[in-house]
Amino acid sequence: MISRLMELNQYIMEKIQDLDQILDLLAATRTLPSLQQIVEKLTEYLQVDHAVYHWVDSLGDHYHFGTYPSDWVERYQSEEYVRIDPVVTGCYQSFHPVDWRRLDWSPRKVRLFLRDALAHGIGNQGYSIPIRGPSGQFAVFTISHNCDDSDWDALISNYNRELLLLAHFFNRKALEFEPGRLDTQEISLSPREIDALTLLGQGQSRAQVAQALSISEHTLRVYIESARYKLGAANTTHAIARATSYGLIVI
Amino acid sequence: MLRYIYRHDLHLFPKLRRSMHLDRADQFHTRLGWEVQVDETGEEHDQYDQLDPLYVIWEKPDGSHGGSMRFLPTTGPVMVNDFFLDLNNGVPLQSPLIWESTRFCLSRDASGNVAGALTLAGIEIMRNFGIQHFAGVFDRRMVRIYRSLGFSPEVVGRRGEGRDQICLGLWEFSPEVYERVAERAGIAPHTSQAWFDHSFGAISNAAVMPAAHIAAE
Repeated sequence: MISRLMELNQYIMEKIQDLDQILDLLAATRTLPSLQQIVEKLTEYLQVDHAVYHWVDSLGDHYHFGTYPSDWVERYQSEEYVRIDPVVTGCYQSFHPVDWRRLDWSPRKVRLFLRDALAHGIGNQGYSIPIRGPSGQFAVFTISHNCDDSDWDALISNYNRELLLLAHFFNRKALEFEPGRLDTQEISLSPREIDALTLLGQGQSRAQVAQALSISEHTLRVYIESARYKLGAANTTHAIARATSYGLIVI
Repeated sequence: MLRYIYRHDLHLFPKLRRSMHLDRADQFHTRLGWEVQVDETGEEHDQYDQLDPLYVIWEKPDGSHGGSMRFLPTTGPVMVNDFFLDLNNGVPLQSPLIWESTRFCLSRDASGNVAGALTLAGIEIMRNFGIQHFAGVFDRRMVRIYRSLGFSPEVVGRRGEGRDQICLGLWEFSPEVYERVAERAGIAPHTSQAWFDHSFGAISNAAVMPAAHIAAE
């Protein structure tokens, strides 16, 4: 049964073309191995070498999934690189995204670590997003790549918002797997969010919806933004589709 | 100069920390008469200071506080959702792309452009980190001040009447707004970026070295 599902997953994964579908798979996934596959698909979508999600739960246990080669992961642990990795220091206790170029790579130990990382194909560029979860849970979502500064700048300015959302969506999914958190948190939309998505789903323009709800278009945008986050959606159309499939709105 | 400091690093700046909390007591308790907690040492603190927020602080030449504000992402506990939910029709604001800004404070003897500098710092955060909106609650008199600073919020909800009216505002990032606020504040964009880099580290070409360079070391 499980292998049949895996095959099905595999089939679906091969058809992924855009972020909506990646997020749909993420929402539907119930197993850790499929998270691994999703993160692999994400690197194809972003066209970067690596994507990694690392999570420390409220009990202090670590867990990660991602595309770093296993010999690097083993080496990182055996060399206790966590003690000198500037990405760890740069992200710990923060909530702003960290471009690796902003970190201090100058100490000798750090340079040796970097040389080792580069030799393992981690890439000379990276962008890490720290997340503070509930009850001391903490996570970092990272993409890394080998390219020059201008290509990296272009990539980050293209995707920085999607990356922030993705990081939080991965984290929400990971929290579902926390011990003692068997109940999946139900998505609930407020009445105003339901109204907004319903009217938009019926094909009304933003201006019409704003007028119908007696709010500004700006306010409407914020309703959509918060609904999108709750629904784990990439954009408005996707949020409407999600809300419909969850039975939260009826169009 | 402007400094961006997380709470967990604020102990590295004892004079700044002390004078910020004194100035907050002076502004919010003494001058505005808000119901805030002032401790026996004269400092104002609230529960959001305990959540390791990010402060933006204008540091005067003598190392003391000239003005500040405080940021937390709306994915965690924030005032707009905990106390002012009615201002957004009961819809909690929740997104990694929306940060809440609170405790906008100026010291009594702050020079004219400190408010402008703090506003510019907010936009520096938006453009460097990809944050799309700030949300904040303020009293109606601030509307005119925000306009003069070149960064007006959209007011999306109100409570109360007249002088006592409070508003929920949303500030949206645009590249044009950066130029305008910098000009009004009288601060060159490269100076502002340099202050930002001083706190968060500069993007330097030599920071993460290409493989060939390191192999040759």
